[in-house]
Amino acid sequence: MSNGLSIREQIAKRIAEDLHEGYIVNLGIGIPVMVSNFVSKEKEIIYHSEQGVLGMGSAASEEEADPDLINASKEPVTLVSGGSFSHSADSFAMTRGRHIDVAVLGGMQVSEKGDLANWKVKGAELGSIGGAMDISIGAKKLYIAMTHTTKDGQPKIVKELDYAVTALNCVDRIYTDMAVIDVTKEGLVLREVSPGYTVDDVQKATEPKLIVSLL
Amino acid sequence: MNIINNLNSFTILIIHDKLLINHDTETVFLVSSIMYEGNSIIYELGDIEIMINKVANSAEEAVSNIKDGSTILFGGFGGAGVPYELIKALLNQGAKDLIAVSNNPGLHHTGLAALIENDRIAKIMCSFPISKDSYVFLKKFKERKIDLELIPQGTIAERLRAGGSGIEAFYTPTGVGTEVAEGKEIKEFDGVTCILEKAIKGDFAFVKAKRADRWGNLVYNKSGRNFNPLMAMAGRISIAEVDEIVDLGQLDPECIVTPGIFVQHVVKRSES
Repeated sequence: MSNGLSIREQIAKRIAEDLHEGYIVNLGIGIPVMVSNFVSKEKEIIYHSEQGVLGMGSAASEEEADPDLINASKEPVTLVSGGSFSHSADSFAMTRGRHIDVAVLGGMQVSEKGDLANWKVKGAELGSIGGAMDISIGAKKLYIAMTHTTKDGQPKIVKELDYAVTALNCVDRIYTDMAVIDVTKEGLVLREVSPGYTVDDVQKATEPKLIVSLL
Repeated sequence: MNIINNLNSFTILIIHDKLLINHDTETVFLVSSIMYEGNSIIYELGDIEIMINKVANSAEEAVSNIKDGSTILFGGFGGAGVPYELIKALLNQGAKDLIAVSNNPGLHHTGLAALIENDRIAKIMCSFPISKDSYVFLKKFKERKIDLELIPQGTIAERLRAGGSGIEAFYTPTGVGTEVAEGKEIKEFDGVTCILEKAIKGDFAFVKAKRADRWGNLVYNKSGRNFNPLMAMAGRISIAEVDEIVDLGQLDPECIVTPGIFVQHVVKRSES
C-alpha cells in the first residue's frame, strides 16, 4: 500500500473517517481496535468497552497499568476524564439497549442481507461468543472491518452464510481492503473502490451482485 | 442484663428462641431465658451483644460449607476482578462436580483453570471458552471431562441480574438465528424476534471487590467490577474477597455499588 500502512491499518484508517464528534463507539478485537489510532485527537468520541468501561482511553504505560483496568482484549488501558465504570449488565444494557452509536467488529462472512458470522471458524466445534451477539443486535450502526476475501481468495461477502451465525440483518456497512459497501433493503451497494482496484475487481471478489452507486 | 418485654417497639428477629437480632440498633443478643406472662413473652437476654459481622476469619472458613454438585458463580473478566484466594481455598476444600458460571474459564493454570485442571468442574457456563490463555479448559473439554453451555456475554449478565431479582425468565433478541437459540422459545414483540432466556441463580457466589465493611457493603476497582455485583445478587450465599475492610460509615453511601444485603461473608485477602 502507498502510505506505508498495512492492509489492516488502511481499513482502520478509512473507518476512522466515518466516526464523528460526539459518537459513542464500541470497537471489537482485531482491525477494529486499530481504528482509534487514526481518529483525530480533536474529535471528542467516547469509547465503550464491554467489560464495563465508558470513556476508555489509550493503552496504559507500564506505570499506569492496573490489572483491573483492561480492554476487551484483556490489555491494560486508561480511562479518560469523565469516564465511568459499570457492571456487566449495565454495560450490556448500553449495547443491547441501542445506546451505542457505532460498533465496529471484525467479520468472517457477511451475507447480502447483512447477516454476520464472526465468532466461530467454519467446521470448528468450539468458538468464543463474548459480546459479539449482543453488540451486533444492539448497536445503532454496525460496521464490519475485514479483508475482502479469505487467504485463499474466496469471497467473504456471500449470498448466504455458511459459517456459524452471530446475528441476522445487523450489518450496515462493510469496509475491506478493496471497497466500502453498504447493506440496504435493495441489496449491497458499492460506495467506494480502493485505489488500485476497479469496480469489476470488487464484483469478481464478491459473491452477490453489487449495485454500483459510488459516492 | 437486658430484658425486653415489649417486642413491638423493636424491629426484631428471633432465631430458634436463641438469638434476638434488633435491626434498629444492628445488635444481636443471646436469649438466656424465656418467660410467659399471660399473652406476653418475656425474653431475658444475655450480656453478650454480637454486632452484625459478616467478616469471616479466613477464605477456608468461608468456603467450608460448599457441597459437591453446587452451582457457583465466579466474578471476573479475563484477569480483572477474579476472586483468586476464594478459588484457591475451594481447591483445597475439595468440593467436586461443581457447576461454574464465569465469563472465562481461567487464564493459564490460575483461578478457575486450576479447578478445571483438577476435575472439580463438571460444567461451565461461559461466553469466552476459547482464547490462547485458556488451554486448560480446551484440553479437558476434548477429554470430555467438562461440559460447556456457551452463552453470549450480555445474556449471562442479564440472566444473573434476573436471578438476583426474582425474574425467572426474559425475552431478548440476542442470539436469534444462532446456535444459542436452539431449543429455546421464540416470540415476537413489536416486530422484534426474541428468544426466552432463563435466570441463573447460584448456591454460592465468589465475588472480588476492593473494599467492604462488616455489613458486606462493597465497592470495586475499575473494570474489576464486571460480573461481580450481579453474581453477588444471584448467589444464595455470596462471599466477597476484598483488599481492605473499613469501618461502618467509611464507604460513601452514594457510592456503594453492592449493598450488604447481597453479601453473606466477607474475607480479607491475605496477599495485596
